[in-house]
Amino acid sequence: MSAKIGINEKSTVHQPSITETPKAIAGVSTYLDDRLGAGNFLKRNLRKIFPDHWSFLLGEIALYSFIILLLTGTFLTFWFKPSMAHVVYDGVYEPLKGVGMSEAYASSLHISLEVRGGLLMRQMHHWAALLFVAGMMVHMLRVFFTGAYRKPRELNWLIGILLLTLALVEGLTGYSLPDDLLSGAGLRITEGVMISLPLVGSYITFFLFGGEYPGTDIISRFFTLHVLLIPGILLALISAHMILMWVQKHTQMPGKDRKNTNVVGAPFYPAFMAKAGAYFLFTFAVTAGLGTFAQINPIWLFGPYTPADISAGSQPDFYMGFLEGSLRLMPAWEINFLGYTLPLSVIIPALLPLGIIMTGLALYPFLEQWVTGDRREHHVCDRPRNNPHRTSIGMAAISFYGLLWLLGANDEISAKFQISLFVTTIVGRVLVFVLPVVTYIVTYSICIGLQRKDAEVIGHGVESGVIKRLPSGEYIEIHVPPADDIADHMLGKRPVAMLPGAGDGEAEPEGVPPKALRGPIGKLRAKMSRAYGGEKVAIDDGHGHHDDHGEHAAIGAGDGGHSNDKK
Amino acid sequence: MTENSHEPEAPDERVPKRVIGTPPPAESTSLLGAAEERTAQGPGPMPGVKFQDEKTAKKGERIAALCFVITFLSAIGFIASYVIFQVGDLDKAGASNLALGGTLTLAFLALAAGVVVWVRMVMPKYTLFQERHEMASEPATREVVAETFLQGAEESGFVKRKLLRRTLLLAAAPLGLLPIVLLRDLGPLPGTALRHTVWGKKTKAGKDRRLLVEGTGAPIRAADFNSPGGILSVVPEEYQHDLNELAKSTLILIKLRPEVIKSGTNLNWTHDGIIAYSKICTHVGCPAALYEQTTHHILCPCHQSTFDAADGAKVIFGPAARPLPQLPLGVDSEGFLVAKGDFPVPPGPSFWERGDAEAEVRARGGHA
Repeated sequence: MSAKIGINEKSTVHQPSITETPKAIAGVSTYLDDRLGAGNFLKRNLRKIFPDHWSFLLGEIALYSFIILLLTGTFLTFWFKPSMAHVVYDGVYEPLKGVGMSEAYASSLHISLEVRGGLLMRQMHHWAALLFVAGMMVHMLRVFFTGAYRKPRELNWLIGILLLTLALVEGLTGYSLPDDLLSGAGLRITEGVMISLPLVGSYITFFLFGGEYPGTDIISRFFTLHVLLIPGILLALISAHMILMWVQKHTQMPGKDRKNTNVVGAPFYPAFMAKAGAYFLFTFAVTAGLGTFAQINPIWLFGPYTPADISAGSQPDFYMGFLEGSLRLMPAWEINFLGYTLPLSVIIPALLPLGIIMTGLALYPFLEQWVTGDRREHHVCDRPRNNPHRTSIGMAAISFYGLLWLLGANDEISAKFQISLFVTTIVGRVLVFVLPVVTYIVTYSICIGLQRKDAEVIGHGVESGVIKRLPSGEYIEIHVPPADDIADHMLGKRPVAMLPGAGDGEAEPEGVPPKALRGPIGKLRAKMSRAYGGEKVAIDDGHGHHDDHGEHAAIGAGDGGHSNDKK
Repeated sequence: MTENSHEPEAPDERVPKRVIGTPPPAESTSLLGAAEERTAQGPGPMPGVKFQDEKTAKKGERIAALCFVITFLSAIGFIASYVIFQVGDLDKAGASNLALGGTLTLAFLALAAGVVVWVRMVMPKYTLFQERHEMASEPATREVVAETFLQGAEESGFVKRKLLRRTLLLAAAPLGLLPIVLLRDLGPLPGTALRHTVWGKKTKAGKDRRLLVEGTGAPIRAADFNSPGGILSVVPEEYQHDLNELAKSTLILIKLRPEVIKSGTNLNWTHDGIIAYSKICTHVGCPAALYEQTTHHILCPCHQSTFDAADGAKVIFGPAARPLPQLPLGVDSEGFLVAKGDFPVPPGPSFWERGDAEAEVRARGGHA
């Protein structure tokens, strides 16, 4: 197969400069192979093909950030003292001299101001943590919008959601460790949310904090979770994530000769390996640059934590912002019955948005399968426009999340734009329902519009910039066929699957529906399948009954080109 | 693992087949390929591998080499910065951070750039193909696995011997509980700890507990406290450094002109227009630390619950569902502000067992 593709490419004759494996390498590798049989693995995998697309790099940001987190985090543990024992500060920072504080905060100050490279490592650790979560999020969006979670990758998708959830907990526990005033405020909110849980709330907080808030145990407990338990699970899950990706092979974007039955790209050794290495180095460089030039969390300014104080404008790290926003948005609902209290104004905003987003993400591949009846393997990605309902659902979710996130900073918005604080909240309460719907509708129209554009480019060609005057005196612009790679990219489109017997999108099908589509749920399923599936805008690639169309477009005198100009 | 034995650039012969029991491979069949096979492969065009022309490759080599030299120098610079820039105060730590971070950034940036140039200008352009296969095993394989599984189950006796199976399951059930049991000592049970604060207790000397200014720890003479427009953060005597106590006992002290005080405020618990409310927000427990003097609004900076200080700190806006509890105030013989009792209701965020404590107080004829 590859011979056909590659042979007609012009390639220069290449003289090998190395014909024999150096003894040092051959000896060691033979030694290892005698004992491990690694040759079989290497034979299959040294030249494993990795497809290329910019969006495939997003997940790597998260992977490399995790490595940076492990390295910088290990450095920090050499000096950090996870203890809430009371000490009087006697370090070099003058404004805090003689102030009582926890050992954790004192040692964080020590790392920042009295250990060479300590401030750099601390700031890099914090930046890498933000990059870790951000990388996971954009990677997840890429996988979602291109449908890369479809069979056989549903399990890896679930692992990914688990990873994101754990990363949030890992971030939360890490954020609380320095025990400065800002981190304490975050901890207090966490406690306030936990204690609001029905039945078990006060028990959970008393067990977690070793008694009343804040107690003297939470820092050391969070430390163990943060440096041992959660990273351990993360490491295991990330390994599983990578192994599954390796075994199932990476998805590829539609394009020339790319099919469900092949992978097109560069070999792992040497090209992909070097590229991935360079990308890790870039991530490291960006993190180091941020740690150097962009100050983050200057804990010495905040002072030690006391539950009696808070600074205005307290903001959590960005990934917790949407929870902060939803807490701010909620009206004051609280139910009292039979001597018990259900603080809905805390429980709903803390659990509902998170629950909707995480559960929705986890279930989506299975719901989509249920609606489309599509049980095939998919290795070629969808372009987001080609599954408009999925893309619209995703965009609606983003607008929901994004609005909550923005409202997590409504005090800043209010201050910057001179809007009343209460107005931002009230507008937010309306928008949180309206915006996702509007986003859905707008995204759907954009997707359909883009599909039409693709169909037009394939069917009528692209504007060439050459104006031609017809004998009748009319001016037309000559259309030429699109470049091969663009055309192949567009023609990779496949209709979204639909349940057999669900109809073709027009009306209810005639006759008795299959068993699965009977009854109220079955009818709903068929209806959803009709709406979700099918071809919305068919691409006419010029090979069907309009066989002469491409030719017309090429010479620019066809009706197609003509009518196109009038648009 | 995956089956992709069809790569054109990795013919099967390159990796020698070995049979168990045969002597270890000789030099000629080392893992990374024998010399003669190598030479047999190239030169010649390889499908899907497009080599760079020599001019580009040469240029790439030079640029990459320059990048690598920059990395080398930056790394040396990092070590030098470590020695030269000492830390010891904020400015020195900042300078050290700049020097260390700058050299580190440059080192990695240049290395990354060098490798990218190497890949793009020296290494060939690849368009290689590999086959994919369905993840599912062959039906025959599945059958064998299923049979083996059943055979093993049969041989083990797990299915046939009910006593064995049931007692094993019985044995496993409580084992899962052990970790949960073990974690019981993580903390005490809540009991009534959340319902009471130290304001309800007399001091060690048996007197009413004084209100102290947070930070300075000074007691507050009622006659001297005159801050219409401001609020004062107040902590309990003897507990000014006890964080557990501060998390529920911290107060805000406000002095209002008598004519602005509304019915929601319990006047019996004020002293000369001085009112004390719990500072701990009833939403999720942040200190409600902001005060707007013209409107008498207390604002929690975390989630913007807003309370009316003139009207018993009732909720005007935001997610908090209950007013900030008011503390009964009085003065002792020396004229200092003291607590005349605990909050009538539990302060701080709501919890399941709390119930409608305000309604209970009202039912008893009290003021919440």
